[in-house]
Amino acid sequence: MTIDLSLLPDGGVSWLDASGDHSGIVLSTRIRLARNLEGFAFAERARDGERLRILSAVREAVSAAPSLQQSLLLRVDSLAAEDRLLLHERHLVSKELAGLDPKHPVRSGAAVFLGDGMGVMINEEDHLRLQALRSGFDLAEAYAAVDRVDTELGSRIPYAYHREFGFLTSCPTNVGTGMRASVLIHLPGLVLTKEIQKVLAGLQQMGLTYRGLYGEGSEVVGNFFQVSNQTTLGRSEEELLEQLTYVLRTVIEREEEARRVLLRDAGYIIEDKLWRSYGVLCHARSLSFDEAMNHLNNVRLAVGLKLIAGLSVYTLNKLLIFSQAAHLGYSEGRSLDDSDANRVRARYVRQALTAEAGSDG
Amino acid sequence: MLCDYCKENDSVVTLTRPNKAGEVKTEHLCEKCAAAHGIVTESASKHPLGALMFEVQKQLPPSPGESGRCPFCAATLRDFKASGRLGCARCYGTFEGSLRDLLRRVHGSSKHLGKRYVAPEPQPIEQASVRIELLDRLKRAVDAEQFELAAKLRDQIRVLEP
Repeated sequence: MTIDLSLLPDGGVSWLDASGDHSGIVLSTRIRLARNLEGFAFAERARDGERLRILSAVREAVSAAPSLQQSLLLRVDSLAAEDRLLLHERHLVSKELAGLDPKHPVRSGAAVFLGDGMGVMINEEDHLRLQALRSGFDLAEAYAAVDRVDTELGSRIPYAYHREFGFLTSCPTNVGTGMRASVLIHLPGLVLTKEIQKVLAGLQQMGLTYRGLYGEGSEVVGNFFQVSNQTTLGRSEEELLEQLTYVLRTVIEREEEARRVLLRDAGYIIEDKLWRSYGVLCHARSLSFDEAMNHLNNVRLAVGLKLIAGLSVYTLNKLLIFSQAAHLGYSEGRSLDDSDANRVRARYVRQALTAEAGSDG
Repeated sequence: MLCDYCKENDSVVTLTRPNKAGEVKTEHLCEKCAAAHGIVTESASKHPLGALMFEVQKQLPPSPGESGRCPFCAATLRDFKASGRLGCARCYGTFEGSLRDLLRRVHGSSKHLGKRYVAPEPQPIEQASVRIELLDRLKRAVDAEQFELAAKLRDQIRVLEP
């Protein structure tokens, strides 16, 4: 392991601290802007030398950008595979930038600037992917932060921009605003009451889409859905954000209502199911990641329903991230095979939960 | 990569086989030359966005210039159909007609209504990097045998010579 995550301004995890609005249901808000520099082929088609010049131009612009003064540059192209996976598990770099997608091995010039709740990926699908991450449901603050960085960089390096099409991107699905605003939301109530399909169909009718925990191409696990705008052209950033805010408020209300219905109509069955999950997490000696996620999903619901006291949402959020394979290997200081990882995961989860000792209310 | 036979189209097939002397050789063929060698390629595009673009193109009359390569990055529509990604910002101008239609289908509009942007004025110090870019484009143009464009680029580079 060559990377020292303690060097990151906030360890890269301030978005987990459960301080934002609706943080019991909404884990985090992320807004990313796709930008490309004028005069270069897009990252996939660019030559190695071009990508290195892009990195150098961005580096110069970042050094003069007030919002990124405290940021740290990580050259992803020179990191070992486990370190790249670690950054991806922490949601700080995309799968493509980390070179974890077999179709896209890590590119020369792949790098990321990490600041407090802010990241700038370089030589991803687009030359620049600016992203702001916030705890809970906070689209306005996330947009203000990423817009500030965008203005600071765009006034120093010329972006590729078209009068009609807006900000030009490698994939036409991102052109225009280049903005993808997404909210990571936990919807176990709607899943258990079997309302979720109706809600997801409604999202799509409203021009939104959903993905799993790690964004594009990832599966939904633990009832965590990443909901985002589908289109990027034909509406302003403000309109897209208003739409997302409006729809998500409705989804949050429906999730809260579903939870009330569950307790009212199936109280003891639900209570038993959730406490069983807590029991498994507190006593298991081997846990696969999917199994841990499924039980953590139940325990999170139990905390939301106030069935389990003394356990914080922050701890549950941290468990989601720190019980992943590369994080366990990082904390153990060695690479782990699957069965090792399952044992270490069970021990880590057990210790984290018993340290906060929930009572049976 | 260009086809080893016609040197005009992008290769879509990689063929590894022994030649008459028994040496194993790798060849890159375009769809047309592959067909001439009895190899049938799948003409349907590989990327869902590419498939939509394919549909758009079938319905639109071809506009001038769209059948060729992007003069900046030498990407073709075939490349886009395969990957769903464009080669560079200039591709939007090169394939404007087809793309406008595609954008309307994907986004419901082709008109940007968001943040307006004015690029910073280039500084004299940036001229050196402009020259490097032009040299890069020149190499691409020569690789793609676009000699008219290469001559224009060479003239532009001469203006910037120190």
